[in-house]
Amino acid sequence: MYDIENYYNAGTIAEAVELLKEHPDARIISGGSDVLIKIREGKFAGTSLVCIRDIREIKGIERMESGDIYIGAGTVFSHITNDPVIQRWIPVLGEAVDQVGGPQVRNIGTVGGNICNGAVSADSVPTLFSLNAMLRLSDGKGGRTVPIRQFYLGPGRVDLQPGEILTHIVIPEREYMGYYGHYIKYSMRNAMDIATLSCSVVSKTDVSQGILEDIRITFGVAAPVPFRCEKTEAALKGMPVGEELYDTIEKMVREEIHPRDSWRASREFRLQIGGEIARRALIRTIELAGGDPS
Amino acid sequence: MKKQMQLVQCTVNGKEVAEYVDVRESLLEMLRNRLGLTSVKKGCEVGECGACTVIVDGETIDSCIYLAVWAEGKNIRTLEGLEKNGELTRIQEAFIEEGAIQCGFCTPGFVMSATVLLERGEKLSREAIKKQMSGNLCRCTGYHNIINAVEKVMDENFEKKDET
Amino acid sequence: MVGKSVPRVDAYDKVTGRAKFTDDLIPDKCLTAKVYHAKIGNGIVKSIDTTEAEALDGVVKVVTFKDVPDHCYPTPGHPWSVELAHQDIADRNLLTGRVRYYGDDIAAVVAEDEVTASRALKLIKVEYEEYPVEIHPRKSMYGSRPPIHFDKKDNVLARSNYFIGNVEEGLKQSDTVVKRSYKTPIVQHCHIENPISYAYMEKGRIVVVTSTQIPHIVRRVIGQALGIPWGKIRVIKPYIGGGFGNKQDVLYEPLNAFLTTQVGGRPVKLDVSREETFCNTRTRHSIEYDLTAGVDQEGHLLAKDMMAYSNQGAYASHGHAIAANGLTAWRLQYACPNIRGEAYTVYTNTPVGGAMRAYGIPQAAFAIECFMDDIAAEIHMDPLEFRRRNLIEGYYEDAYLKPIAANTNGIFECLKKGADYIHWDEKRKEYANQTGFIRRGVGMSLFCYKTGVWPISLEIAGARLVLNQDGSMQLQLGATEIGQGADTVFSQMAAETLHMDVEDIHIQSFQDTDVTPFDTGAYASRQSFVTGTAVRQCAELMYQKILDYARTLLPNEKRTLSLDHGYIYAEKEPVISLEEVALESYYSLTNSSAITAEVSTQVKKNTIATGCCFAEVEVDIKLGKIRILNIINVHDSGKLINPQLAEMQVHGGMSMGMGYGLSEQLLLDEKTGRPLNGTLLDYKLMTALDTPDLKADFVELEDPMGPYGNKALGEPPAIPCAPAIRNAVLHATGVAFSEIPLTPQRLIEGFQKAGLL
Repeated sequence: MYDIENYYNAGTIAEAVELLKEHPDARIISGGSDVLIKIREGKFAGTSLVCIRDIREIKGIERMESGDIYIGAGTVFSHITNDPVIQRWIPVLGEAVDQVGGPQVRNIGTVGGNICNGAVSADSVPTLFSLNAMLRLSDGKGGRTVPIRQFYLGPGRVDLQPGEILTHIVIPEREYMGYYGHYIKYSMRNAMDIATLSCSVVSKTDVSQGILEDIRITFGVAAPVPFRCEKTEAALKGMPVGEELYDTIEKMVREEIHPRDSWRASREFRLQIGGEIARRALIRTIELAGGDPS
Repeated sequence: MKKQMQLVQCTVNGKEVAEYVDVRESLLEMLRNRLGLTSVKKGCEVGECGACTVIVDGETIDSCIYLAVWAEGKNIRTLEGLEKNGELTRIQEAFIEEGAIQCGFCTPGFVMSATVLLERGEKLSREAIKKQMSGNLCRCTGYHNIINAVEKVMDENFEKKDET
Repeated sequence: MVGKSVPRVDAYDKVTGRAKFTDDLIPDKCLTAKVYHAKIGNGIVKSIDTTEAEALDGVVKVVTFKDVPDHCYPTPGHPWSVELAHQDIADRNLLTGRVRYYGDDIAAVVAEDEVTASRALKLIKVEYEEYPVEIHPRKSMYGSRPPIHFDKKDNVLARSNYFIGNVEEGLKQSDTVVKRSYKTPIVQHCHIENPISYAYMEKGRIVVVTSTQIPHIVRRVIGQALGIPWGKIRVIKPYIGGGFGNKQDVLYEPLNAFLTTQVGGRPVKLDVSREETFCNTRTRHSIEYDLTAGVDQEGHLLAKDMMAYSNQGAYASHGHAIAANGLTAWRLQYACPNIRGEAYTVYTNTPVGGAMRAYGIPQAAFAIECFMDDIAAEIHMDPLEFRRRNLIEGYYEDAYLKPIAANTNGIFECLKKGADYIHWDEKRKEYANQTGFIRRGVGMSLFCYKTGVWPISLEIAGARLVLNQDGSMQLQLGATEIGQGADTVFSQMAAETLHMDVEDIHIQSFQDTDVTPFDTGAYASRQSFVTGTAVRQCAELMYQKILDYARTLLPNEKRTLSLDHGYIYAEKEPVISLEEVALESYYSLTNSSAITAEVSTQVKKNTIATGCCFAEVEVDIKLGKIRILNIINVHDSGKLINPQLAEMQVHGGMSMGMGYGLSEQLLLDEKTGRPLNGTLLDYKLMTALDTPDLKADFVELEDPMGPYGNKALGEPPAIPCAPAIRNAVLHATGVAFSEIPLTPQRLIEGFQKAGLL
């Protein structure tokens, strides 16, 4: 039995916004795999909940005529992985969320929840950063759209205003067309684990010239919020594919990320791993682009 | 903290069920305490062990981190629903044949995960089977014989397909 | 029937979800109890205020340390000793105002429901006086002010030592002397069913239904803890979801029993959470070892010395028995003329160490078997060859504890099977000189393990057989099925001796101390050996009783009678069915006397089982990851009663052993001793995806001590994997790690230090 004070169910976005305004102390619950655990832990004990599971409008994935991909915030991980649009256009995202917990959790956990709980270890987020995803927030009026990078304020804190809900994640066509991505989750187990460190590389390679045209590198658990390695990205753009490129990413990433010491892992250790997984992820994206990584 | 009760209508193991539940209640508690379906085991209450795995609309979930009120309109299956007139399903038999059962506490969850996997009708590698069974923890068996049981039935299913 | 892989007798019930575990039997309207745990690691409770908690609607009772009996009681699942000197240490109260570790039990709430109980806990106000926390045994053993327990001023719970020959002399004669230190982590049993019990009163007695391995011991300890006659307590054990030694300790049952007495005998359940299971039940002791050995030029051990420091945690539980068991193993199996061993078990402010599968031997074997590889490396000898040169072939006996002996010893055959499977000789060569960041290696380790606890402790088992009207048989035992397959092998044993089918033996799976014969329970890999002896004797007695009764029905039959699968034979001729005999025994108007047989047997035997593990690993040096490519355990556990069940035991033990070597550890905060990772998310139990395919093999020598030629099997599989993996990593990388688990961070640090990164 969960220590829940009041429970309200929203059937539509408008209802959800209304309920949140009416009960400003209430929390949004979607998949529940995070909120319920925190209620049990005591962190959220006695909270009231506004449930948004029944809102159809925020489920599912669609590629618009513009080529932009809209992912409903209430879409669960396993549905993202199995979605034909994702598999065709941004398989890296499907692969990333296929590494969340285990099968049962992937059947209930939602991508919106993964973003809004602000966890720096969230498996969907590094890839969404590397895809320059936009977040569509609704407040019952016009709402707003923000780049995902601006949404993260600090550890566990996101820019979700009272009375607002995240409805969609938008991946503009220009951000994925021609790009290939690879996500490496580094954890202590191969399943049922949270990332000790994670890295999503999304890159564009001119295969005929053997040149890395563009790259975006995002780390989870390497800083208080998911972290884009901008300096490294800038230095790598235009470099020819090959060992020098890989040595550079490995070295520069270690200089740029700033993971912390915790009982889970030391800073030293995370730096070693960070350089290596960035290197391996980059090599994989070049392979995916059809390039010869050597 | 007022008791907030809500009517939930759903299908459980093929039967229509209407139950008043406390909104604070997990599906695990509803199944065990109100419907007497005690195959659904509680091991961690945070979705880490899979002992409470049940099938909701064809997908496995951890019923400990799933509110009972969310069952409204859903089709729910527990281990009790597999056996028909005393006859076990093939995967249940395979668990016995392959020596996949020891203390038996995780067994219901594993059987439910395996059931969904086999019903999907895909032929998976041993590694892929392990991934699909990785949401259930077992401390007794080392998983080896559990994976053997799933693989065996999957192979049988595909041999049958080949014949037809 | 013995030697056949008959399906588990409980398989059908378990695969259909019908098997009832404690939580499945909780009566309606059962009250819920929750324990208030200390929020400091060492100190005393200065004041406690429960007024608000008591006032909360739905709270039935709040008790604190001030309300419980003030005498101490012991908790370990040992047979009681009637000799004062051998009695377990009694150092615990039901609740305490002297906090000895983070999470110690101060108070308890009984409420109508769980949410109310949780909310009430939050309303209890406690003020503490804090003392410094010490979580390391080698620091704690120099004492603290105040000591953790007032009667152990230096915090040393116990110390023991022995000498064989003269170690100093032996070292002097040695060509090479090697010194190394090793350390093992605190780990937890992680049975998927947490400990749970419920208690109520009936006819002035307390009934406790609990998930335990040791119902008869639980009964005694509840009596001791509450200070009431043992006959006033009845303990019932349903199916249990694993125990692995944690439930070979009396956990919260005495408190649960006490709480029902505080609410007028109403049923109260005490459902231990996963987090409490990690912090507040028992763990495997972390032990630190300093080892020294001397060898001659041919690689023969001439002298060896062990110093062991065992972290007991805050309460004695199984205490020094764990470290002492490892100390005994140090002098077995390898020939060496000069041996010294010394062990300390030290109280610290950490969760309590208790029994866990293989009782101190995984720790000792890790140290010993790493050491054997490290010595071999020092003298440039193949580690398998080095072991072969020092292993005792055939019979050997313990120097001190009679009659502990290897009455059969299949270690050389085990090693051969393991080495062949892993292609030892080829791979040792193939992987000898690797470069690059991905490297492979093969490693191995071995062990020996006693069967049961005689003569260190008492071994007693009871069995009862009742012939049913239809010629089938009831089998009742105090020994417990905990997942290992005990009920199945006991049924096979009875069937074997009675010449019956297993299906005709109906074993009672629930123990009830009011009914089931006295037996101390599941631990020490004892049941198939000790209880098996009782089953055999009981079946032989039953067999004779049946024939004796049959003879009364066949007054003119002069030939020798025998029983075989439902018929009484006179020589080779069937003369009467067992069913007819059984029916007559119940309902004969002239001569009815239902046939039962019961024995209570003390077993004064012990025999040593052995085995080994061989592993092949691949190490990803830059990511600090180990992948197990191949792994095999080979066991000499005597004759197998049920080969499939035996294989299952080995698989499970290997999984536990691999977790021990690679990923499992309960981490504690240095300042408070609080567990940092006491959840199944943060404590890294292997999942299916982390587990390689497993291979189990056996050498089946018929042991003369075992009732059916069998010896220990339940625990041993958990012993050898961790050192075998560590030794394989040594082979792959040249880096000799001294501490497990081999987590990525530990590996990276080791590789950086060795200049590989």
